[in-house]
Amino acid sequence: MLSSSGWSLRTPTVLTRFVVFTALSLALMVLDHRGQHLAKIRAGLSVVFYPIEVAATLPARAVESFLNFVGGNEALQQKYDKLASRQPLLEAKLERYDALVAQNTHLRKLLGSAALVADRAVVAKILQVSEEPFTRKIVIARGSLDGVHNGQPVIDNHGIMGQVTEVDPEQSRVTLITDPGHAIPVEDTRNGLRAIVFGTGAESSVAVRYLAAPTDIKVGDLLVSSGIGGTFPFGYPVARVTRIVNNPNEPFLNIHARPVAHLEYNKEVLLIWPTKITPGRTLPPASAPGPQPTPLNGVRAIPDTTRRPPAARAPARPPAAAADSSAGADHGH
Amino acid sequence: MSLDQNNRSRMVIAFTFVVALILSILPGPAWAQPFRPDWVSLVLIYWCMATPQRVGVGVGWTVGLILDVLYGSLLGEQALAKTLVAFLTLKLHLRMRMFPRWQQAMTVLVLVAINHLVVLWIKDLVTHAPVRWSYWSSSVVSMLIWPWLFIILRDVRRRARVS
Repeated sequence: MLSSSGWSLRTPTVLTRFVVFTALSLALMVLDHRGQHLAKIRAGLSVVFYPIEVAATLPARAVESFLNFVGGNEALQQKYDKLASRQPLLEAKLERYDALVAQNTHLRKLLGSAALVADRAVVAKILQVSEEPFTRKIVIARGSLDGVHNGQPVIDNHGIMGQVTEVDPEQSRVTLITDPGHAIPVEDTRNGLRAIVFGTGAESSVAVRYLAAPTDIKVGDLLVSSGIGGTFPFGYPVARVTRIVNNPNEPFLNIHARPVAHLEYNKEVLLIWPTKITPGRTLPPASAPGPQPTPLNGVRAIPDTTRRPPAARAPARPPAAAADSSAGADHGH
Repeated sequence: MSLDQNNRSRMVIAFTFVVALILSILPGPAWAQPFRPDWVSLVLIYWCMATPQRVGVGVGWTVGLILDVLYGSLLGEQALAKTLVAFLTLKLHLRMRMFPRWQQAMTVLVLVAINHLVVLWIKDLVTHAPVRWSYWSSSVVSMLIWPWLFIILRDVRRRARVS
């Protein structure tokens, strides 16, 4: 900080400033990477710079509302017709779904296993898509004021999109499953094989890593969330296997999959609040081992799918077939 | 220079940075994403070159940090890159003023590429990001945009009498 010309304290030289700010950046990065020390600061800063984000989304919103205005009635009518035609179909599906959920819950109770089931969902508008290369994140218009919390699963009507990783009062940031820093435990619907799906940074490709050569996985297999780890509920579609490369020089198979959710097309996403279904008091006493906590809303459950023996998994899996008979009975009224 | 003039200069510079930040996060189609010029670096390079007594390493660090917040990237990542860009521009600013426009553009290409390289290094350390060639196209687009942006910012500077 002292100038060498020897007459006074001067403002620091450019080099000194450079060194100071570089050190500051490095310190910030280390703090931000190792733990959540800076979460509060980051949240505060994003509130301060929220106007910039709003300004950035203004043109797109203006164009949208202009198109709505110009397209007006016809477009709306078309949209309405389309939605109206889908409505009975979805209702029919939903009827069956209710029956399935009831039966699934019943079976899980019998098994004495806890599972995450989404019981509350809220639609959130996508405000902004990360424009930085390599990261796959979106900003949605729901925040802590709406009850959004860190680690919350985000889905669309096709499958899992990602999870909330940063919550502000009015908005939150969602890390998509294609982000290079994201991983999600999955299960192959064909044979129950457990695996982990990693994001790669590419927009429509994820990688299934750490599976060695003789593993039974095929192109076209649907991978659904396994519920292991407790962040994502069980059974939501994640990705479909598109390519398997077996390079003998590498220890693991090189498996590519395509996310099922429409990560690049949606304007709206669904936030879900998984609830832990635990064996309740109404159980037959024989099948209720251990303490019986009451179901809590919004509590992160750690499902015991890991400890479930493969034999026990079997009855939980094909209730769809068995449900047909009971679905009729349940909805006879 | 009056105090009023001084404040106005600051406002004008801040305004150009805000516009650059908005342009950096403006939603666009996915295919266009790699071709987005690095607006913030370009504006930073211009002001470091034209008014090194006002805009320097500290301003670079600050806008970099804001960009980190807006991108949701690791805090300090862009800040470090922009600090480096500002520093190098300050070192080169007398020469850059003398350069013909195309040579200036080449220098900008190098500076923006260094910015991208630093970001890539950090990302690779943290998340093992895959490198694709399209990543570098942003630097090239920045270079192509530079002559036009230079004219616009010079006009802004002269009209507002920022010095």
